[in-house]
Amino acid sequence: MSVTADRSSPSEDDDRALASAFVAYAVTATLWLLFATAVGVLLAYKFGAPDFAPGEWLTFGRLRPIHTNATFFGWASLALVGLAYYVAARSSGTRLYSVKLAWIGLVLFNVAAVAGTVALELGYNDGNLEYREWPWPIRLIFLAALVITAWNLIGTVARRGTKDIYLSNWYTIGGVLWTCIIALVAILPWYQYGLGQVSVSGYYMHNAVGMWFTPLALGIFYYALPKLLSRPIYSYALGVFAFWTNLVFYPIIGAHHFLFSPLPWWLQTTAIVFSVAMLVPVWGGSANFLLTMRGRLGDLVHSYPLMFIFVGVIGYLVGSTQGTFEAFRSLQEVWHLTNFTVGHSHLTMYGFVTFAIWGGVYTLLPLATGKVPSQLGLSLHFWMAVVGSFIYVISLSIGGTIQGLDWIHGLPFIQSVVDIQAYWVWRGIGGALMFLSHVVFAWNVWRMSFGPSVKAAPLAPQHADEAAA
Amino acid sequence: MNKLVLIAGGSTLVYACLALLMGVWPGIELSKTPAGPGVVPLTALQAEGRDVYVANGCSYCHTQQVRPLAQDKVFGRPSAPGDFAYQTPELLGSQRTGPDLTNVGVRQPSPVWQYIHLYNPRAVVPESVMPAFDWMFKVVDQAPAGTTPVPLPEAYAPAHGIVVPDRKAEALVTYLLSLKQPAMPGVSSDASATPMPGVTSTPLASTAASAGGAANAPASGSVSGAGGYDPAKGKALFTANCAACHQANGEGLPGAFPALKGNAAINDANPTTHIRAVLHGLQGANVGGVVYSSPMPAFGDTLSDADITNIINYERSSWGNHGVPVTAEQVTAERAKGK
Repeated sequence: MSVTADRSSPSEDDDRALASAFVAYAVTATLWLLFATAVGVLLAYKFGAPDFAPGEWLTFGRLRPIHTNATFFGWASLALVGLAYYVAARSSGTRLYSVKLAWIGLVLFNVAAVAGTVALELGYNDGNLEYREWPWPIRLIFLAALVITAWNLIGTVARRGTKDIYLSNWYTIGGVLWTCIIALVAILPWYQYGLGQVSVSGYYMHNAVGMWFTPLALGIFYYALPKLLSRPIYSYALGVFAFWTNLVFYPIIGAHHFLFSPLPWWLQTTAIVFSVAMLVPVWGGSANFLLTMRGRLGDLVHSYPLMFIFVGVIGYLVGSTQGTFEAFRSLQEVWHLTNFTVGHSHLTMYGFVTFAIWGGVYTLLPLATGKVPSQLGLSLHFWMAVVGSFIYVISLSIGGTIQGLDWIHGLPFIQSVVDIQAYWVWRGIGGALMFLSHVVFAWNVWRMSFGPSVKAAPLAPQHADEAAA
Repeated sequence: MNKLVLIAGGSTLVYACLALLMGVWPGIELSKTPAGPGVVPLTALQAEGRDVYVANGCSYCHTQQVRPLAQDKVFGRPSAPGDFAYQTPELLGSQRTGPDLTNVGVRQPSPVWQYIHLYNPRAVVPESVMPAFDWMFKVVDQAPAGTTPVPLPEAYAPAHGIVVPDRKAEALVTYLLSLKQPAMPGVSSDASATPMPGVTSTPLASTAASAGGAANAPASGSVSGAGGYDPAKGKALFTANCAACHQANGEGLPGAFPALKGNAAINDANPTTHIRAVLHGLQGANVGGVVYSSPMPAFGDTLSDADITNIINYERSSWGNHGVPVTAEQVTAERAKGK
């Protein structure tokens, strides 16, 4: 992705400013990850010890949306926006359109996440509606941050010296713009009463995931993978095809969260049909990434950033494909409303999105700052996160299936609570490992941001010749 | 720049159209869904309780949607579009870590039970993982006029003083008790014509139980007693429907729910009182000289005669009870007599 030098080439000051903004996004995102997953571990513990940490302020129903919203809007959103800025400027061979706007956006994202967390803790929950629990004025702050980000990304890419726009920016700019619309649709109240709100919830909860985190995470893959391997993406055209098919299919599948509900049957069936259609962009995109890595899987052992991205790609492929299957009525009859769904959401938000972020941060943050994490830190983080999330997802998948079968077999409801207990314990063990890996990640981010500098680009030294060739 | 406009603008335009089509338009249309017959707005106190429900995230573990599936029958009739006319924010939920609450006001109509359960769920359901909401109660030396102390079992009661609900608990329990599905013309909630509730006819469960004649065709491994009694099924039905109040050991909760162990009506040679209590429920029952204020729901509305027979015979033969077994015909005959 060499970029022709032209009048818009960034100065050293520009590079430093970009690096500082990137570091600020990465550091605050990491703090949110630590907070959100510490809450997550406490929640997991409560399943085995419901009278542990009692009282109004630590009750499950308040902490649960704090965990999900802090993960979504604190951790993943901040990290992805920071990465998107760096990718936009670098892939366009230019400086940020406005460093100031990037910092204002950072402040707004963080203010929204803090205010949202406090509001939920105080019991100001906008309706237990998945991922839009923050009171709407707080979500308006988040929307303002999105608009600023979109403007800044577009302004940056508009400064590029090349004719083409690198594919990553399609995904990131598109994702931010679409999410502005999603946020607006969710906030406006006039058409959301009773069953009408159910349909909006279905639309919203899936689009907030699939049109926000998915495109931004894919944008990272498209930039970091060629960077790490020093070879272009396998098929640019396939990436473009996946972009448009994802755009057209994804917004239609939201109602699959309410199968067997009183929503119109045609709406549910349409959602199922397009859930199958989603295999096109998912398999197309995954194939593109894996084919970019063709013949080079051996490099995985030399490069933890590549390992993170590889797991992220597999998470995308497996998690999204699983989502398609969950949308079938026959399987939904077993899995709907069980803990299987929680396993699925962690496979996607963690196995895909979070691993993609980590791959991106480990690839790009050292390039921005010239500082690297230790190998020990990288390996500890990687293996605890992989093993922890594997235990997490597998245990809830089995436990959720048992729950669903218990109901189908007509057992007393409480039996389904008893039967999943052991799997909740395993989930807690997996979750604790995941949390520990985040502590190591925080240490690594510290090293990459404020640690000692190194001279050479140390992450892919074995490819230095190839890159020069 | 043109290419940027095409990609960013074009994709956003496409997305905006799809958002209108799949988000806004169904929202507008479905918001007009009229209320179903018998669906009424909440009272002020019920609405306040619903706010407590939302503020404390109850719907992260409890759904309020009954699906048209066999396994959901235990929670009521399938939810209909008109049921949600007055429900904003909607509380359909996505997890059933705890049971569905659409019809909980019918299934569990006792405010006393609701208060004990809210104070600490494990006081009535030992296996429960629901949080204790004891912070919605206060401990006082003497109950203020107009409030009823919560009769907590000793193990869960504070060392001294008595427990009374505060405003939040009162509103929440008022809301929960208001959750009753209105009857649906053409949809019967009377399960007497259907097999054991919760037993589905899907292929996955084909081995679980047979339909109509379940009571006469006991599952393998369980011993069939007299009168078509299936002990395993009786125990399961008792656990699902009765144990929350009368407890698995049949001892009830002193002062709150009467014991079935050694209960006179259950050990009576004449089973009429026992059968009628299960069929039609009770209100202000006098058991062994103690008057219980908690209403007992009428299981005749939701369970078949075969199921009720199994429950009754389980109660008559457990915990040292030695009541004469009843037959499904006796239950049918009592049902025919009416209330």
